[in-house]
Amino acid sequence: MSFSLGGSGLRMGGPRSTLENYADKVEGQSFNLRVLWHLLVFVRPYSLRMLAAFVAMLSASGLTLATPYLVKEAIDGPIMAGDIAGLNQLVLLLLAAFIGLYLASMAQRYLLSWVGQKMLADLRAALFRHLQEMPLAYHDKHVIGVTISRVISDVGVINQLLSQGLITLTGDSLLLAGIVIVMLSLNAQLALATFSIIPVIVLATMVFARRAKLAFRKTRARNAHMIGDLAENLSGIRVIQAFANEAISSEKFDEVNSANRDAHIEAMSLSFVFLPTVEFLGIAATAIVLLFGGLSVAQGSLTLGTVIAFLAYVNRFFLPVQELSQFYATMQTAMAGGERVINLLHTEPEIQDRADAREMPPIQGRIEFRNVHFGYRESLPVLRDINLDIPAGTMVALVGPTGAGKTSIANLIARFYDVSAGAVRIDGIDIREVKQRSMRSQMGLVSQDPFIFAGTIADNIRFGKPDASMDEVVAAGEMANVGEFVKDLPLGYETEIFEDGANLSVGQRQLISIARAILADPRILIMDEATSSVDMVTEALIQDALRRLLTQRSAIVIAHRLSTIVNADLICVVDDGQIREIGRHADLLARRDLYYALYQRQFVEMAD
Amino acid sequence: MVKIAAKFPSSSKGAHSSSLLRSFRFLKKYRHIALGVYVLALASNFLAITIPQAVRWIIDAGVIEGNMRVLGLALLGLLGVTIVKCLVDFVLGRWTEVASQGVAYDIRNAIYGKLSSLSFAYHDQAQTGQLLARSISDVDRIRFLTGRAILRLFQHSLLLLLTFFALLLMNAQLALLSMFLMPLLAYVALRFGRVYRPLSLDLQHQLAEMTTVLEQNLRGAKIVKAFAQEEAEIERFERQNAHWFKLAGAQVAVGAKHIPLLDLIASLSTVAIIWLGGRLVIENSLTIGELVAFTTYLGQLISPVRRLGVIIPAVAMASAAGERVYTILDAQSEVVDSPGAVALPPVEGRVRFEDVSFSYFNQRVVLDKLNFEARAGEVVALLGATGSGKSTIINLIPRFYDVSGGRITIDGHDLRDVTLNSLRDQIGIVLQETVLFAASIRDNIAYGLEVASESEVIEAAKAAQAHDFIMAMPEGYDTPVGERGATLSGGQKQRIAIARALLKDPRVLLLDDATSSVDAETERLIQIALERLMVGRTSFIIAQRLSTARMADKVLVLQGGRVAAAGTHEELLRDSGLYAEIYYRNLRE
Repeated sequence: MSFSLGGSGLRMGGPRSTLENYADKVEGQSFNLRVLWHLLVFVRPYSLRMLAAFVAMLSASGLTLATPYLVKEAIDGPIMAGDIAGLNQLVLLLLAAFIGLYLASMAQRYLLSWVGQKMLADLRAALFRHLQEMPLAYHDKHVIGVTISRVISDVGVINQLLSQGLITLTGDSLLLAGIVIVMLSLNAQLALATFSIIPVIVLATMVFARRAKLAFRKTRARNAHMIGDLAENLSGIRVIQAFANEAISSEKFDEVNSANRDAHIEAMSLSFVFLPTVEFLGIAATAIVLLFGGLSVAQGSLTLGTVIAFLAYVNRFFLPVQELSQFYATMQTAMAGGERVINLLHTEPEIQDRADAREMPPIQGRIEFRNVHFGYRESLPVLRDINLDIPAGTMVALVGPTGAGKTSIANLIARFYDVSAGAVRIDGIDIREVKQRSMRSQMGLVSQDPFIFAGTIADNIRFGKPDASMDEVVAAGEMANVGEFVKDLPLGYETEIFEDGANLSVGQRQLISIARAILADPRILIMDEATSSVDMVTEALIQDALRRLLTQRSAIVIAHRLSTIVNADLICVVDDGQIREIGRHADLLARRDLYYALYQRQFVEMAD
Repeated sequence: MVKIAAKFPSSSKGAHSSSLLRSFRFLKKYRHIALGVYVLALASNFLAITIPQAVRWIIDAGVIEGNMRVLGLALLGLLGVTIVKCLVDFVLGRWTEVASQGVAYDIRNAIYGKLSSLSFAYHDQAQTGQLLARSISDVDRIRFLTGRAILRLFQHSLLLLLTFFALLLMNAQLALLSMFLMPLLAYVALRFGRVYRPLSLDLQHQLAEMTTVLEQNLRGAKIVKAFAQEEAEIERFERQNAHWFKLAGAQVAVGAKHIPLLDLIASLSTVAIIWLGGRLVIENSLTIGELVAFTTYLGQLISPVRRLGVIIPAVAMASAAGERVYTILDAQSEVVDSPGAVALPPVEGRVRFEDVSFSYFNQRVVLDKLNFEARAGEVVALLGATGSGKSTIINLIPRFYDVSGGRITIDGHDLRDVTLNSLRDQIGIVLQETVLFAASIRDNIAYGLEVASESEVIEAAKAAQAHDFIMAMPEGYDTPVGERGATLSGGQKQRIAIARALLKDPRVLLLDDATSSVDAETERLIQIALERLMVGRTSFIIAQRLSTARMADKVLVLQGGRVAAAGTHEELLRDSGLYAEIYYRNLRE
């Protein structure tokens, strides 16, 4: 079993098929009230500011409506009458209205964007916190790149939806309603004539919306496809070069790259049909105003100022219509993103502390497995009826072929997964009855795929005990033989490690992760192929050091190399999900069964 | 594409105007379309400024004088002009998109080409997440810049200019007054861009930092849990998050301060028009229609001014994005074909290291004047402590890195005198960390070969002891690898990688600790297969196990970047104290 933490090549972004899937499938509806409702929870703490923003927006809309009216008053009144003083008064009013508009929109913009960004930060923090609660099974199943895009990109578009989008939507709708009311009250007949264009706009918008939905969905799928290809090839770049395959992989990338380009051009072309159409309809409305308004003015049933005000209102009417239609595409993306984020936030961790979970008392180290059954998927049992009693202070070696279930046994002790049946107990306590962290903080793990965090070597050793002094770090480092290669580095323990520890060999990374476990001073130490890439001399030195460290502590060691195994207090031979033999080295050899066969194959062959 | 980039070396520090300029050079390929776009933009603008004139005509001649024929004709004219303008705008939009999407496509291909040509040394230091962000979001910013952003800037400034002339023709006094505030508008817009740019750079950077923290946390999930460090991780993330919000807040404030100000300045012109225009109408030196035309003209400027608020930050971001993208395109690969490089003829496989030194990023000497020779067809086992330089030797033979001193030859050819492709084509390699692609198992085994028959694939898989477990999967060789497909164990991945190397039938075979995560039984099977396959090929094997050393023709014991001892297993056991120590220590236990 390998539970590589994504270190296995398909790292960022993961397989493109998955990305494509997720772009295609998860976009159910474009407007989802449930999603919106859950997202609004994040706005609630800032409801006062939102209220203020709303007030500012109302004032801004009101003032926007007022300015054409003031112009009309100026034309019909003072200008027609030749009243300069009256004109001055109205101009001052107009000036005041614009300054008011400036202040209101400044306040609105500031408050909205502030809340939007704050909410974004809150949402990201909540997601991160939630991800810490998710069990390893979740991380096994999800590509890291996709999870990252949830927290970073999807949350980013939600901001557009909630703060900019919703407010633009409300603001524009209010403005439209206001314009309709003002026009009706200025002159109902002319207003109704002008509104005859509205059904055409609605129709055009509907046609556009339906096509745009499909077209933009396609662009997202193609985009995801391209990102997937790129991510995969970046993580496999060494293999591509080793196999001199650059030309073919470039050709493949060219394909997805050009498909992405073409989808975008097609989708945008739709907008280029729609936007001029709206513009044309706007001018058509202007023509209606001029025609009917002009006739009425000629007949004397309407003032010229009213016609001019109508022209201004028609102009204002079409700006929000254009904005709303552009907003539609954003909303679609944001809704899809929002749905994914909400689904992630609402995924219940499969492993949780019970409500009545208590702190794990200091561990003595006795480990029991009682009739344990386990499988990562229900259909595939990995462990069957495991019974095991490891006394405190014992070093146990698990041996057996790849896929036998050794790592699974180790994973269950740390409760990375829960058993399907039976129980795992430490010091007689069922581990499901205690808080996970209180238990794990007393354990140490060195895994086969040694993960090294970005930072210095010292930071990595200190990981389990962040407040450790440099002396402690060095002491742990020396014990794990890290000192041996660190002494050649100019900056010693303060040397920065590249992404993935690229400037270290796998063996060196393993040594660092052993030092990390030593410093954490665990009561139970789990070593899963911890020294598989370490040379034999170093390994022997580490074994000696660990033996000293492990007095009075328990250790579970998984290894293929017999040199590691022979010194264990207890050896378990695991095969096909069951414990087949258990005992000391000499006893097991004497049985001349499975362990004996294993020993013969590897050891005797070497000695002859 | 790489060549295009290489032709325009930029100052790597990148003054921001030069990064902008360089982005536009990518338009060169689309210059005909781009030219067409600008001609159409001109036409669209001319049509736009006739519209208020039509309105003026309608009011003065039609409405006020009551001439219905003029009214009707003018309205038809208005609609006609608008239809033409709409058609022009459609073509304009589409061509803009074609050109700018083309630029994005070209840049992405260029980045891709560059990244595949950069040596391991570059990729060791580069962060995958950063490279992705640059190729995706940063390129999108450049696309916006070379497309709509710059077109709008052109169109809007032109509209401003044309409007000014139209206004001048109608009434010079009024025109000067209404345009009086334009320099202020330009000043505010430019200052906005200047303040916004560094902020958006910082914000981008901070987001990348956050992404790194998140990525590390997710990849190290098991370690985080095992050491119960969730709270510390949350704290770390929240620190970065808080810093991000501080920057975002500052950016919000800058936007809130400047964008409504642009609106206000544009509106002040309207106030001025009504004030002076009203007087002029009262004095009968201006018609009502002209006054309306004036306000209509200014109304036409409102949305362009608003868009400036979007475009200016976008241009600022695009220039920063350009800087980041061009540092990739300008990166020099440390390993390139030398000018006179020839194709390596089919080799026998004699590999010589002559005084080879290597230091990794000038940090630490890994190999120190190393000398040895592997005869064609020999199996060489590399043995030594962690960090003694075994993997480095393996990485130098296909020239993933270049030596810092000395030289390596194959059949007497200095590696640096032959082309990389011809060299790597004759080398099969299994790297320490196995990378498989999201494709079927078959495609993964046949990787790098355009034609490989089914039977060849199966043969290679059999030789690598992979055939049985592959056939045990429901879809056999068609099983997809990766998230949707089978989850392969480390040992299974390694065997597929071995099959992949074998299928190439290379003259030189490099196995970097290829069997470390395979159990003893499987390893034994693989070794039998390898022994068979290594016949007639020069092979270098790193293994932690002595059984490997025993089957080698030659064992190199490395210590401190030098060959401490060399010879066959028997010779070393007799002559080398170090080797004997390793051997007996293992045996004793």
